Parts: sequence; structure tokens; C-alpha cells
Amino acid sequence: MSIGLEHYLILSAILFSIGLYGALSKHNAIVILMCIEIMLSAVNIALVAFSRYIVPLQLTGQVFAIFTIAVAAAETAVGLAIIIAIYRSRETIDAGKIDLMKW
Amino acid sequence: MGQVIAFWIFAVIIVVAALGVVLLRNVFRAAMLLILSFIGIAGVYILLNADFLAAIQVLIYVGAIGILIILAIMLTREVPLGSPSNKFRIPALFVVALFFGGVCYAILSTQWQVSNVLPEANTTSKLAVKLFGEDGFVLPLQIIPILLLATVLSAIVLVKDKK
Repeated sequence: MSIGLEHYLILSAILFSIGLYGALSKHNAIVILMCIEIMLSAVNIALVAFSRYIVPLQLTGQVFAIFTIAVAAAETAVGLAIIIAIYRSRETIDAGKIDLMKW
Repeated sequence: MGQVIAFWIFAVIIVVAALGVVLLRNVFRAAMLLILSFIGIAGVYILLNADFLAAIQVLIYVGAIGILIILAIMLTREVPLGSPSNKFRIPALFVVALFFGGVCYAILSTQWQVSNVLPEANTTSKLAVKLFGEDGFVLPLQIIPILLLATVLSAIVLVKDKK
């Protein structure tokens, strides 16, 4: 039995589902951010797998993955800065208690 | 044969570590398992003939993002509280199961046009040509530094003491 495109796509789907579950069901804002990172990595695996199996000589999926990684790094930096700023002013990072803009 | 064994080892490491991130109550251990999962993903990139991306993954995800997350956990003394689930646990599980079923059905029922050509071996120089050459991605490459500059500035402004 050899490893094909479907294996990588299913792995990516499992990883994305785990990240989605964590992002939907966690209180701690840092854990939510970690789960979003897992989801972005899952998408990267799918992009690179498509690039490897559908157009092996063009590398377009890898270029997309590079841009995703750059944007994910920026997103993490700003997200953690926002979380630390919220922790300074409200003494909590519980996503349920950060309700300043709740209608 | 070696590739098959390596794939299953990396897949098990990644999925178990990601499950640990979601299920463990200790936030610090969750962050450590997240880093382990990132290392496994770098291994998957190597299996997919993306050696440059594997190096990038280790440098940026394991090195930068992992350290940043651990630093944020240390700065926000919420470790004793752990990471409990909120009241949407059961609906979230339902939504995720539905999503996973749909995606699996889509993946398995599609006829993928898999090419039989062997992939490139050393991708670094070819990626450079792809990014900077004719019909490349020069404009997105110019936008990314602006994004990173804005990120650095906003992170400094947000974290700075207001007194």
C-alpha cells in the first residue's frame, strides 16, 4: 500500500477538525490562538500535497504555503500582543469574560 | 516502503499532539505539544519533497511562534486555571463531526487527476525562480514586508506601557 494524495488530504482534514473544535470550545484565548495555528498548518499540508501530486513541476502550492506561513506569523504576533494588552487592563484572558464590545 | 512507515509515524505524532493541545488542561504542556505537532508537520513536508518549506516550518513555527506562545503564557499567569471547555462543547463537537464527514466525503468521492511525474528534488532554487522570475510573485513579496512592518509596529504599540 503506497501513500497517495488522499492520505495527506485526510490527515489535513483531521488536523483542521481538531483545530476547529478547539477554537470553538475553549475559554483560554491563548489556546484558541494555538488551535488557529493548527488549522493554518492543516491548510498548508493540503496546499503542499496538491502541489506535489497534481502539478509536481510547478511548485505553486509551495509558494502559497510560504505566504500563508508569513501571514500566520504576523497574525500570531498581533494576536498575542492584543491578548497581553487585554490581560493588562482586565486581568483575564478568558474569552467569555472579554465582553467590552458585547452588544 | 520507508516512506509509508515515515508517513504513518509522522501522522500519528501530529494527530496525537494536536489532540493533546485540545484536550490537556495544562496550557504549558499544550504549548509544548503544539511545538511537537509543528515538528511532525515539518517531517510531512520533507515526505512531500518540500525541503525548503520544512526548514521554514522549523525556523518560523517551532522557533518563532512556539517561543512567542510560551512567552505569552508566562506573561499572563493563567496556567493554574487550565484551559476548560465552554458551554458550546457538545454543539462544537457536532459541528466538527459534520464538517469532517463532509470533507472526507468530498475527498474520497473526487477523481483526483494525479500526475505521474516525479517531483523536483531540490526545491530551494526553483522556488526562488518561481517567486522572483518572470510571471512570478514579486508584488505579493513586496506586500509581505509591509505587512510584517505593520505587525511589528502594532505589536510594540499594543504591548507598550501606557503610563
